[in-house]
Amino acid sequence: MTAPNLKEGKVRIPSGCAISAVISREGRRMTGEGIIRSMRPMHERSNGLGGGFAGYGIYPEYRDFFALHIFYDNDSVRSECETYLRSVLEIVRAENIPTRKLPAITDEPLIWRYFVTPLRSVLQRMQLDENEFIARAVMRINTTIDGAYVFSSGKNMGVFKAVGYPEDVGEFYRLEEYEAYCWTAHGRYPTNTPGWWGGAHPFALLDRTIVHNGEISSYDANRRFIEMYGYKCTLQTDTEVITYIADFLQRKQGLSLSETASVIAAPFWSTIERRPEAERRQISYLRTVFSSLLITGPFSIILGFSGGLMALNDRLKLRSMVVGEKDDLVFLASEEAAICAIEPAAENIWAPSGGDPVIVRVKEGAY
Amino acid sequence: MGISYFAPEFEVIRNEDRCIQCRVCERQCANEVHRYDGDLQKMFSDETKCVDCQRCVSLCPTRAMKIVKSDCALRENANWDSDTIKEVYKQAGSGGVLLSSMGNPKPYPVYWDKLLINASQVTNPSIDPLREPMETRVFLGKKPTRPERRPDGSLSCELPPQLELSMPVMFSAMSYGSISYNAHESLARAAEELGIYYNTGEGGLHEDFYAYGPNTIVQVASGRFGVHEDYLNAGAAIEIKMGQGAKPGIGGHLPGAKVGADISRTRMIPEGSDAISPAPHHDIYSIEDLRQLVYSLKQATHHRKPVIVKVAAVHNIAAIASGIARSGADIIAIDGFRGGTGAAPTRIRDSVGIPIELALAAVDQRLRDEGIRSSVSLVVGGSIRSSADVVKAVALGADSVYVATAALLALGCHLCRTCQTGKCNWGIATQRPELVKRLNPDIGSQRLVNLMTAWNHEIKELMGGMGINSIEALRGNRLMLRGIGLTEKELEILGISHAGA
Repeated sequence: MTAPNLKEGKVRIPSGCAISAVISREGRRMTGEGIIRSMRPMHERSNGLGGGFAGYGIYPEYRDFFALHIFYDNDSVRSECETYLRSVLEIVRAENIPTRKLPAITDEPLIWRYFVTPLRSVLQRMQLDENEFIARAVMRINTTIDGAYVFSSGKNMGVFKAVGYPEDVGEFYRLEEYEAYCWTAHGRYPTNTPGWWGGAHPFALLDRTIVHNGEISSYDANRRFIEMYGYKCTLQTDTEVITYIADFLQRKQGLSLSETASVIAAPFWSTIERRPEAERRQISYLRTVFSSLLITGPFSIILGFSGGLMALNDRLKLRSMVVGEKDDLVFLASEEAAICAIEPAAENIWAPSGGDPVIVRVKEGAY
Repeated sequence: MGISYFAPEFEVIRNEDRCIQCRVCERQCANEVHRYDGDLQKMFSDETKCVDCQRCVSLCPTRAMKIVKSDCALRENANWDSDTIKEVYKQAGSGGVLLSSMGNPKPYPVYWDKLLINASQVTNPSIDPLREPMETRVFLGKKPTRPERRPDGSLSCELPPQLELSMPVMFSAMSYGSISYNAHESLARAAEELGIYYNTGEGGLHEDFYAYGPNTIVQVASGRFGVHEDYLNAGAAIEIKMGQGAKPGIGGHLPGAKVGADISRTRMIPEGSDAISPAPHHDIYSIEDLRQLVYSLKQATHHRKPVIVKVAAVHNIAAIASGIARSGADIIAIDGFRGGTGAAPTRIRDSVGIPIELALAAVDQRLRDEGIRSSVSLVVGGSIRSSADVVKAVALGADSVYVATAALLALGCHLCRTCQTGKCNWGIATQRPELVKRLNPDIGSQRLVNLMTAWNHEIKELMGGMGINSIEALRGNRLMLRGIGLTEKELEILGISHAGA
């Protein structure tokens, strides 16, 4: 075990990583076996200190309920947290997340899953919509209940993560038993030695998940800005702050995906000046208004959300990322080898340029 | 002549082997230190008048001159140091308030020198500014809390008025009157060439300089000198001067001797009359009054100009800044206690106010705690001495800095700290035509451009080292700073960790 003072959130932890994703534009659901396979050739990009997956469309029978995935240190924390949950939410189902014992995965916390909906009376009293309510409840649990950590909180989607290599984490969570129209995955190479499961990726808030490879140099500028708006960056990781930025820009500020991309990976002023008038005005405007949310330093991220995903590189493209296609499937990964591991016949393999978002959407009504 | 109770501070040393009696030193010294005795065919010096401005040293063609600190010393005393004793002698002789100029010279901590900057190693690449774009462009002004959209869903793209700077530095306020016409011309031309701004100070805008309006910040101070509608509309922004770091809580005084025809016309006051700026604005006795002035100025300029409110860094600066941010100001300028001045009472300059580093850290954090940091930009000055200070200020949370002393140094100032006498041998802090003409605006503006160009190169190098390629990603990025030799309390106020942690 690691020393307690090195637990996630106590120190800032930059990491290098592997990311991968697959999505069906037709909304066809796939088991988790493919995405696990894609992580194997990138084994060297992780160091066993964190791996995880996000699956979209995995809980169709509970599609109207928020699925909370929570790590607990022990049963007394669980009962404390459940008391809070019951006071503000209706819990329609509570259960252990099924896992498989593996020698490679040890020291697991208690891993629970709840399908919940906020109590109408509470929403009315607080004058909040259900998304904002759930987001605040997650912040509250993660910052005030020591030993409880909500790591997934969206509808009809879920995050599965652990300390270990990603391919082992996938087997541990029995992802072959889930079917999703979109999977994202992450293998972590932190430059510090935390031993905490909550620190693995993807990082999630509501249905937005981020997997990220890189180390952003703008971290504290981004963090100090986003914390003005009720977010608490408890983990001191890049992925956490990027997730909050995506949530803030899209859910709270109403920006589209491409607008979000032009904030966090804003084109250089010299590039903006060469664009047509209307576009120039718009990008200058966003860059000026949200200047503190520009992210610098190397990153490749995949932002997952209900019905799609967006991949984005930093504007200098300091991290690798490739895209491939086959029929209705789109693949994204740190390396082409990861794509070939899922689909050896993948076509149109290309590397998007820095700052150019790749947006893939599932056809309307198919998710 | 009464007894002089103390020896002159400096010795004028002339190497007689080198001196060719060309009498340049005599002609160059407005303090009348040097004198030629025709009978003896020899140069003599009256060191009691010497202020160590180094003009004679710089101009002597045979390098025969040097000015050194006199070693004629009072008996050492750690409590009663010689400056303190001499000040007592001076006041016992004059019965007056001691006057000084330029910034606080006392050995207070300089926090900039206790902050260290980060660099990338291994996990994150540093960026070479010679190979990759490195952006230092800054927009100052209020940012909307939420983007506006038109009915068709497209972004409105309408912003409140902004100042666009090519680098996060502006020339701080120095009035025409406190400095010369040629000094102003040098600043104005350099600001235009650099794509930044200079500031008129409180003395109005000379008619010749309206041409530089797009790069000018016009100031409105408690004396309202030279303020009229055309003046307000001439600049790119308006600054309300509430206070100044060198003399918080007091006003200003330009002696009538300096108010010649040109200054009289520019300031709109009679020739030869003293120009007195009251300590407070007499229409601003509280924060709601400030709001009225901010909006009056906005109306007078059709809401096209950002309004800056400049205050001195004083004890309660965080709450004051929060009040200003809520009063409609677009930009807050904070001036630290080491900021310069053309004249200030010595006791005020040396004992009132707080360091800008602490004020900046406290204000930036307070505005964030209140969720209003985006509604206002922060500019800090007093004293920013180098590009490293600029980078540290931005990392602590400033949008931009103001520099004045460094700009004057570029123009030739040697920090002799006697601006108040009006006898500046370098043609900067004087109105005497024979002295003013010594400052050539062609050369002066070029030296200012050189200095800022050099700083911008250095800022880019430092940013590249940190793996940051745009200045906005540095702003408030305190993780890029570490303290050295600071107490827990100082680190807490600065919001940074100690080196090694």
